[in-house]
Amino acid sequence: MAVVETRKLTKVFKKAEEGAVNDVDLVTRDGEFLVFLGPSGSGKSTLLRMIAGLEEPTRGDVLIGGDVVTDLPPRARGIAMVFQSYALYPHLSVEQNIGFPLKAHGVPKPKRRERVDWAASLLGIQHLLARKPRELSGGERQRVALARALVREPTVFLLDEPLSNLDAKLRASAREELTSFHKRVRTTTIYVTHDQVEAMSMGDRIVVLNKGIVRQIGTPHEVYDEPADTFVATFLGSPPMNLVEDTDFIAGFRPESVVPAEMVRGPSAPIRLRIRLVEFLGSERILHGVIDGGRFDGRKVVSRVATAASGGLGEGAAHDFAVPASEVKFFDRATGKRAAPRELSWR
Amino acid sequence: MGGPRRSPLTRLGRWLIVIGFAALLAFPFYWMAITTFKQTSDLYNVEHDPFVFNAAPTLDHLRLLFRETLFLRWFWNTTVAGAAVVAITLVLAVPAAWALARLTGRFGQQLGIGIFLTYLVPPTLLFIPMSRVVSWLGLQDTLWAIIVTYPTFTVPFSIWLLMGFFKAIPRDLEDAALVDGLTRFGAFVKLVIPISVSGILTVVIFSFTLVTQEFVYALTFISSAEHQTVGVGVPIYLVRGDVYYWGSLMAACLITSLPIAVVYNLFLDRFIAGFTVGAVK
Amino acid sequence: MAVTGAALERAAPRRRRRVSGATRLGVALFSPALVYIAALLGLPLVLAFLYSVGDVTVGSVGYEFVGLENFRSVVESPSFRRALVNSFVFTIASQVIVIVCANALALALRERFRGRGLVRFLILLPWVAPISLGAIGWKWILDSIYSVVNWVLAKMHLVNLFDPPMWLGRPALAMASVIAVHSWRMIPFSTVILLAGLTSIPKELPEAAAVDGAGFWRTHFEITLPMMRPIINVAVLFGVVFTFTDMTVVYILTRGGPYDSTQVLPSLAFQTGVLGSDLAEGAAISMFLVPILVAVAALMLRVAHRAEVV
Ligand SMILES: Nc1ncnc2c1ncn2[C@@H]1O[C@H](COP(=O)(O)OP(=O)(O)OP(=O)(O)O)[C@@H](O)[C@H]1O
Ligand SMILES: [Mg+2]
Repeated sequence: MAVVETRKLTKVFKKAEEGAVNDVDLVTRDGEFLVFLGPSGSGKSTLLRMIAGLEEPTRGDVLIGGDVVTDLPPRARGIAMVFQSYALYPHLSVEQNIGFPLKAHGVPKPKRRERVDWAASLLGIQHLLARKPRELSGGERQRVALARALVREPTVFLLDEPLSNLDAKLRASAREELTSFHKRVRTTTIYVTHDQVEAMSMGDRIVVLNKGIVRQIGTPHEVYDEPADTFVATFLGSPPMNLVEDTDFIAGFRPESVVPAEMVRGPSAPIRLRIRLVEFLGSERILHGVIDGGRFDGRKVVSRVATAASGGLGEGAAHDFAVPASEVKFFDRATGKRAAPRELSWR
Repeated sequence: MGGPRRSPLTRLGRWLIVIGFAALLAFPFYWMAITTFKQTSDLYNVEHDPFVFNAAPTLDHLRLLFRETLFLRWFWNTTVAGAAVVAITLVLAVPAAWALARLTGRFGQQLGIGIFLTYLVPPTLLFIPMSRVVSWLGLQDTLWAIIVTYPTFTVPFSIWLLMGFFKAIPRDLEDAALVDGLTRFGAFVKLVIPISVSGILTVVIFSFTLVTQEFVYALTFISSAEHQTVGVGVPIYLVRGDVYYWGSLMAACLITSLPIAVVYNLFLDRFIAGFTVGAVK
Repeated sequence: MAVTGAALERAAPRRRRRVSGATRLGVALFSPALVYIAALLGLPLVLAFLYSVGDVTVGSVGYEFVGLENFRSVVESPSFRRALVNSFVFTIASQVIVIVCANALALALRERFRGRGLVRFLILLPWVAPISLGAIGWKWILDSIYSVVNWVLAKMHLVNLFDPPMWLGRPALAMASVIAVHSWRMIPFSTVILLAGLTSIPKELPEAAAVDGAGFWRTHFEITLPMMRPIINVAVLFGVVFTFTDMTVVYILTRGGPYDSTQVLPSLAFQTGVLGSDLAEGAAISMFLVPILVAVAALMLRVAHRAEVV
């Protein structure tokens, strides 16, 4: 088990272009499940591949277990990786696939068998050992890839969107399995995804990336409730945080904080919304409205309310809502960075 | 199957074209077969209907071919040269194709096309200087002359063919092998090559058949009959003076052509993919 | 949003240079092939050029630069002019025959039918069998006395069996025979290339045209042919190279005769440079293949380039 650290890690693919990864400093905790989250093209894979040693950094260093490994090839880093495509060797059986890393490291055959059986039983794929990868379903392939990664008992697991090839239902159960699997082995894991649900539900901490820059590192609670800037605020949450611009700052509040006025206790800011559109999602409804009157007249605001609590709310009508004062976050208008709380006058 | 129904006339036309061409294109081989088994007196008689056996079929021509000519020797020479050319081609082309396929960006592609274009350089442009090179190497009139020079055709085309195969291997696979404990070269040997067996087999067949088909270099560099390949030995040395032993000659042509044709046919689609230069997706 | 790339310090210098191991390996793997190609294709190519502007014969050791002397004497010789014209006749005539036949055959073979595998095998025979052997087969078929062609024609009362046409013995007939045999050899090759192009045309297109009421010929000329343009180009380009530079068919059927009437540039170069031991003139004759090859290579690059862009 080990800690992964990056120091000013940078990758510039083409000179004169912006870097794919820029000066990333981060340190994992031992045994942690760290998630890289960001939109497509934000540099998550590049960062992960530099940690793996598959991509040569333009600048900066990678440390694993306290040692600088920047110049070591992937095989010498004690890591294992699961690829988005799973990268199962098509010409080898499942058993040979799982045994491949052991064979490459010169583990003798009897020992190899034993480890393969162990890894296969851990993931419940003993019955598939004789098959070829093309004879497996997506979920089975993912397990084989996982078994191949863990068979060597690496100090660090690197996973690049391993669930993105699965259908929605399988993805949910695979998520759960991965989490419980991590709880059992407690190996430091770095997990790349652009799916915030995966990030929130699986990560001990989340690294939010955009354009190769780390925007925030924190627990799911921290990044959701206390976003470091407007990017994080709008990237996480669905629908995203409402942002209302004032002269020198931006006020943000999540759709679920916009509740019918009669349900709010304590200090809160009242707003009147004219509802334009109602989306019904079963247990809850998404209300798209515009502010009616006051300083922010005409701004769009989205509210998310439990279906049970929104009986009288219909399209076209104006209703009184309120946002609890503690739920309003403030950002600097120039930098987008988080700013100190202040008084917000709505009128 | 499928598609709009064609009128009977179109279908008839299609059948006529197919059967007509098949008959025309295959006719010389049918003729070789007939000639092989006809008695000499039957062959050289203008009055006889040449399409049927006017006298009992005979194995005389085959006997003559195998017992009294250098045919078997040529056959053996061709096999040896073929195996050697295949080996040289693989050793040179497989690593080079992989290196080119993994060269990202336009440069790799352009270098690949450049190599492919050298395949267009014909033997008839180079046979004169090449015969000098061969004699400098002291290889004139030996089988080595063609073993050393034939890879100038097989290597460029094979690099091009294999590049296509290697490019189709997902990069992730190689990366996975690196993470799993192999060096880059190890990944090439233990992963890329086993995955590409069918591509490599294609190159083997292509190179071997080329050795059987090439005529110009063998004719130029090799001057004694016993060092020849089948492709030159049969049409040039099986004729004594002006006397053509048509029966044996045709037997030799048939015996050599058919196996090559069968094997080549199996790999045809892959060769064609190489020839279409990406004009077909 | 205002937070764009603030932390980016592009000017920061590299701390150390890491020579990429992957690059070194790539060079190591590529160079043997490159060295081989340079030594056995590049060097002879340079030599071919040097010989064509020098004074060399098989026996000689020295080399003397003579400029365009060889070309002058070559161009002045009637047999060269004859061969130059013949080369073009040979190439153009056989390519026209080949492309027309190959188009028809590819269209006919397009749809699957029972026995297609066998038909394909038969059709391919001329291409895959060694051409020197195929040509010797034709030499027998076109034999001056026992030609089966003549026998059939005589049965149809088209020729006199006792004074039959000498297919390889009369200038015009010999040229026609050589062209026919070479076309016979190239049709299969062009057919399979065109077939590859045909199968890559989405089936929906001709079907859509049929639904729109276009007939067979209309569909063919307005949809199928234009879509096959690039692949027809490829087939023609290869065909031109394989024909213009070929000497096997001519050499085996006629040795360039009668009276040089079927001599083409490659066979003349062979006769002059190899059989006649005049390396310089032989090389000079071969040099006349270069413009064609360069043109074909340039066109080929365009095809490849376009295929890449599309
Ligand atoms: N080999 C490469 N050469 C040039 N540019 C590259 C290369 N690999 C990635 N990039 C660029 O670097 C940027 C980051 O890519 P990266 O693959 O790391 O994104 P990502 O966050 O993993 O996206 P996704 O969620 O789509 O996988 C992108 O703009 C991409 O175009
Ligand atoms: Mg990615």
